[in-house]
Amino acid sequence: MPGYADPGFDTLALHAGAAPDPSTGARAVPLHLSTSFVFQNSEHAASLFNLERSGHVYSRISNPTNAVLEERIAALDGGVGAIATASGQAALHLAITTLAGAGSHIVASSALYGGSHNLLHYTLARFGISTTFVKPADIDGWRAAIRPETKLLFGETLGNPGLDVLDIPTVAAIAHEAGVPLLVDSTFTTPWLMQPFAHGADLVFHSATKFLCGHGTVVGGLLVDGGRFPWHAAERFPELNQPYAGFHGMVFSEESTDGAFLLRARREGLRDFGACMSPHTAWLILQGIETLPLRMARHVENTRKVVAFLDAHPLVAKVGYPELEGHPSRELAKKLLPRGCGAVFSFDLKGSRAQGRAFIEALKIFSHLANVGDCRSLVIHPASTTHFRMDDAALQAAGITAGTIRLSIGLEDADDLIDDLKRAFKVAEKVSA
Amino acid sequence: MKLNVDGPNGAVSAYAYTGGKPFDPTLPCVVFVHGALNDHSVFTLLARWFAHHGHSVLAVDLPGHMRSAGPALASVEDMATWLLALMSAADVQQAALAGHSMGSLVALEAAARAPERATRLVMLGSCVPMPVPQVLLDLSLTNSAAAIDRVTSYSISTLASKPGYPGPGMWLHGSSRALMHQVLAAQGDARLFHTDFSACNNYTAGLDAAGRVRCPAAMVLGQADQMTQPRGAKEVAQRLNAKVHTLTAGHALMAEAPDAVLAVVRSALA
Repeated sequence: MPGYADPGFDTLALHAGAAPDPSTGARAVPLHLSTSFVFQNSEHAASLFNLERSGHVYSRISNPTNAVLEERIAALDGGVGAIATASGQAALHLAITTLAGAGSHIVASSALYGGSHNLLHYTLARFGISTTFVKPADIDGWRAAIRPETKLLFGETLGNPGLDVLDIPTVAAIAHEAGVPLLVDSTFTTPWLMQPFAHGADLVFHSATKFLCGHGTVVGGLLVDGGRFPWHAAERFPELNQPYAGFHGMVFSEESTDGAFLLRARREGLRDFGACMSPHTAWLILQGIETLPLRMARHVENTRKVVAFLDAHPLVAKVGYPELEGHPSRELAKKLLPRGCGAVFSFDLKGSRAQGRAFIEALKIFSHLANVGDCRSLVIHPASTTHFRMDDAALQAAGITAGTIRLSIGLEDADDLIDDLKRAFKVAEKVSA
Repeated sequence: MKLNVDGPNGAVSAYAYTGGKPFDPTLPCVVFVHGALNDHSVFTLLARWFAHHGHSVLAVDLPGHMRSAGPALASVEDMATWLLALMSAADVQQAALAGHSMGSLVALEAAARAPERATRLVMLGSCVPMPVPQVLLDLSLTNSAAAIDRVTSYSISTLASKPGYPGPGMWLHGSSRALMHQVLAAQGDARLFHTDFSACNNYTAGLDAAGRVRCPAAMVLGQADQMTQPRGAKEVAQRLNAKVHTLTAGHALMAEAPDAVLAVVRSALA
């Protein structure tokens, strides 16, 4: 959280990490499209490589434009620093592989984005990292799943697809009792709606592709460290408090008490896996973040209007938005998400897959595609796209019905969005079930 | 490196970062002393540089701070005594003493108590005396989190410190807060911030101590320092006959201006 006399959120969104360029006077953040940076002399080069000095060497490891973005998201999230990555998935991978290796174990929410579930359930298992999935509201389940080899607890601020609100204070306390950090995917909420570190999370990542960029133009990720986890004393993490042969025996927790995790993630994970962000992408995401407070307020305002419309519509069986009465996370949302529960949610159309398809095809303003968090409104019908191989029983197990439709509400006039939905309902109604 | 440091109640475990190299007491030694509610990590870039350029380095955690056993010492004088004992434990007879903020007072007092053991004195982000406003003294006792927020805001002069400490991509305001919270939590001493601030506030012998220092001295000040304002360093600089370097930075000099600090400390120790 911004501290005493620190600038407020809106000011940090524009200024954190950036100042007029000293060499040119440029006011906007310059785009440094340079792979490498010239050394002053051989001694300077050696001292940069040996972490005796701070500075940029090669853009896979760090870049001046990326650094502004990293500082900015850290400022907004209330963290100590960040690493910009090629995608949100790369940020998740970097977080996990900095802490875990073959034989390690993760406890994760079962209500995850499908890509995260794939990584944990299928891909990392192939590399010897296993995961136990627990329902996010099953507090005893989180505690019971922790093993001696557990390296991480992981959940989403708003789970997929039902927008289960993760009880971060409680899950963080369980993690800390066991000496394990809590990692949170904050993509749907952004720091404008929630700052997970203030509630006890230790690490946060974002798919910056979504609301942070906000314009549907680039793919990127951000991994942020809250800096409060006591790595120096954590028996489970020799990766951070014992000598690392891959960097001259460096003990990261001795080099930086609050930045040990980021040091290793950058000096090992970014160096060796190489999933860095392009400076051009960083620059575009910075343009997005500058207006994040304005956009998120409008996203939420529009979403509330659309949710109210859908909740009252006779062809809608259910709207899954935590601010609505009857949503299982309603009370938690009031506590953790007072500014709103984001702009991505699902509703169930009373009807068949065919009617769901017809509904979506009749929409003119909503764009039918596989993304969320754009300034434009988006829609997808999981039963005919992302989950089309599943029969109705399998869909039900995943919390999806044949009529489930996911919306990502954009910044258009809310009345136009509602008119678009009205038109599509009429078309769907005419299709035989 | 862990050391057992002799004190009035027997030997107590202490930690000193040695710059990423094994400690070699035969090399010219530089001792770095951190400020209130900080630890050695505010000096890691400087310590690594000197450790890899012909020096041995001891960047200490003061007693009761992070890795050095407590209790925390209540006065600058006691910390100076401890620092000299730590040097002895490391088999170091002489060293350059460099300190930041409260640590600068410890370095000054140690150089005055044992002038034959101090080859250089470097005081960073310092003024003498170093009074702490009553509101901060009170807040450090009653609401450490609020005190940490306030000190962070006073200590960092910009929203865009480059190139970042200890590397790019670090947000210094968040880093400063997190470090202090970690130091506060490490040994469960809720009064630690107040103890440190009280030690600064109560140290009234600094100007007299400056008159007893015999080694060359330098002061490295932040032009925008709101914690230890440069004008408060004028008299002690005169008594030390110190070379004064004023940098474009706030109180958190090593983090805000790491290259400039390295340059002036190199010149001071040359």
